[in-house]
Amino acid sequence: MMDKNIKEEIVEKVSQDDLHLFMKGTPLFPECGFSNTVVQILTYLEAPFSSTNVLENEDIREGIKEYSNWPTIPQLYFKGEFIGGCDIIKEMFESGELKEELKDVII
Amino acid sequence: MKIGLQDIYLNRNMTIKKEELETMIIQAFPEAKVEIIDLAGDDNHYSLIITSNRFSGISRIDQHKMVYEALDGKMGNELHALTIKTLVN
Repeated sequence: MMDKNIKEEIVEKVSQDDLHLFMKGTPLFPECGFSNTVVQILTYLEAPFSSTNVLENEDIREGIKEYSNWPTIPQLYFKGEFIGGCDIIKEMFESGELKEELKDVII
Repeated sequence: MKIGLQDIYLNRNMTIKKEELETMIIQAFPEAKVEIIDLAGDDNHYSLIITSNRFSGISRIDQHKMVYEALDGKMGNELHALTIKTLVN
């Protein structure tokens, strides 16, 4: 079971900004190809996002998987909701769905 | 899980064979059309395209969760990198 404080920390992170990405590394220095793909897509769409480097926090790294019941990182949250990992975000981007979904936040 | 040098040398517990992956998917989705590609030839990076009518009317996130469930906790552990594409026929 996830620690209550970790859950609170996750809820705070995903509700703070419209888009929040849990990733390995940072947007400037992604440490995993899948995380990098999502960063590139959001950057291309000019959608501002905040991020958490799960490699710096083991509790968050495990906690986020439990929170969304999703076994992998990256995980992208939009307005507090988990909207996908790398494969889904890539598919949504390619179909134009992502741009449509994020249209309120794209600069 | 503790992994010794021997395990690393023998690649034990670190990877999953394509056949094993295929069996797990087919057991959970006997009706599906399944295509698995070993992307790097290292038993560790796969692409899975799965076509099933059971995905009909289900969100993409839940479709992928069904696939993860079929892999019985291996995703993110033994299985490091699996690209999933779900399709409805």
